[in-house]
Amino acid sequence: MSSRREILDLLRENARYTTEDLANLTDATEDEVEAIIDDLEAEGAIRGYQAVVDWNAVDETDGEHVRATVELNVALDRETNYGDIADRIKKFPEVTSLRLVSGDYDFDLEVEGDSMREVSHFISDKIAPIPEITQTVTHYIMDSYKEQGKTFDDHDDDDRLSVSP
Amino acid sequence: MTFEPADRVDRVPPSGIRRFFELAEEMDDIISLGVGEPDFSAPWAAREAAITSLERGRTSYTANRGKRELREKIARYERDYHDLKYDPDEEVLVTAGASEGIDLAFRALLDSGDTAAVVQPCYVSYVPDATFAGVDVIDVPTRATDEFKLTREALERAGAAEADALVYCYPNNPTGATMTREELGEVAAFCREHDLLVFADEIYADLTYEHDHASIATLPGMRERTVVFNGFSKAFAMTGFRLGYAMAPPQAVEAMNRVHQYTMLSAPTTAQHAAIEALDNCREEVEAMTEQYDRRRKYVLSRFEEMGLDCFPAAGAFYAFPECPWDDANEFAEALLQEQRVAVVPGTAFGEGASGHLRISYATGLEDLKEAMNRMAAFVE
Repeated sequence: MSSRREILDLLRENARYTTEDLANLTDATEDEVEAIIDDLEAEGAIRGYQAVVDWNAVDETDGEHVRATVELNVALDRETNYGDIADRIKKFPEVTSLRLVSGDYDFDLEVEGDSMREVSHFISDKIAPIPEITQTVTHYIMDSYKEQGKTFDDHDDDDRLSVSP
Repeated sequence: MTFEPADRVDRVPPSGIRRFFELAEEMDDIISLGVGEPDFSAPWAAREAAITSLERGRTSYTANRGKRELREKIARYERDYHDLKYDPDEEVLVTAGASEGIDLAFRALLDSGDTAAVVQPCYVSYVPDATFAGVDVIDVPTRATDEFKLTREALERAGAAEADALVYCYPNNPTGATMTREELGEVAAFCREHDLLVFADEIYADLTYEHDHASIATLPGMRERTVVFNGFSKAFAMTGFRLGYAMAPPQAVEAMNRVHQYTMLSAPTTAQHAAIEALDNCREEVEAMTEQYDRRRKYVLSRFEEMGLDCFPAAGAFYAFPECPWDDANEFAEALLQEQRVAVVPGTAFGEGASGHLRISYATGLEDLKEAMNRMAAFVE
């Protein structure tokens, strides 16, 4: 596997690996790792670094957090394509992800807000009125078991012996 | 008549580091680098095959030698990946783990009073298995300066020419050492010259990182004097299935099967169904796990270099075997456990020759591995 791909995989696993860690984990030197990351950022392959958060584990005093996925159907005309509609929708800060998908609906939208009311209002006031949008189906996220490759379970199910010769 | 251990059992002392094991078992918040088994679960397809076999009620004994379909798949897998050619009908025996196979070989192929030359440091079972079979043992120590490889000189120095069989494990537990085909050549020549059988434990054959695994049975004149052991515990992460196999000429397999059929009868049936699926469809998982181990290996080796601890470049299995910075590896391991809550296995568990070392298993997630190495660095400094 190329070092570039290896470093991408490792950063996807843990974005807090230091340059030194990454060099230790691959055949690259620290300087090479830095250069590869600079290139990947410059090329737009790496768009940012985020924490994977289990919102159920966040203290309520830190505020409520509501997420929903929304199925969007759109009707295109000669002047409007998917990219045009996406440009309108992705500007809203409430939208955390937007993907064009195959299947029964066109866009898969992820929305975040401080309450269900806020999310509902956002969909009905900002998204539904867009002329090309013909249908929205909102699914509130009740619980999450896995996000971005990380499973959310608190129990440690490693029942191997601590030491085995 | 009272319950006293039989003499041959009495001759096998309890582990000298039992106190350390017990201490580690009592503590529940440790990071363990002491575990000699994969941290991955068995591939899902293999687990699914085991579940399906149970759902369909396939719960009876199989043929003593193992399901024929499984033996065929084993023969094909060994031919494709390790260049070993064995007849599934007469030259393959499915066992309850490679460990059972090794025990069978001692009991079925050596007589009481025969001598086995055991390459040290080694997996903890070989010497007790030999003792239970009434076989005498000659230690063949290997040295860090030789990268723990077996050499003709080591065999000669130990007096292995007088032995009836040579027993080794490469890639090696606990050192992580491997042998190339060229290096095995001089061992093979020695065995031919002095008419030694070879018990080659190749359970880590798929976990090599610097060069492909070479089996001594592929060298001229060696197939007829070698028993090769392998299994599903390490590369396929199927330790709890307890499934392995031995490959040898018909006469040897027949003798081993004679003991096997009166003790084990047949290897676990559910596990055999899982193993068929593993050989058919799980090679990609083996390669993915090997890639992860290799990444961790590089990490661990570079951290030891930073700590200034001598560690020869382990090229197989999932162990690093650094020199212990203290005179007494037992004391070091115990203090590391108490003060930093990191468990490693002191080399003494693997015999006297290994006493100045520590066995570090990197069959542990990278996050834990990193934290454990940080704690170890803090302790060493």
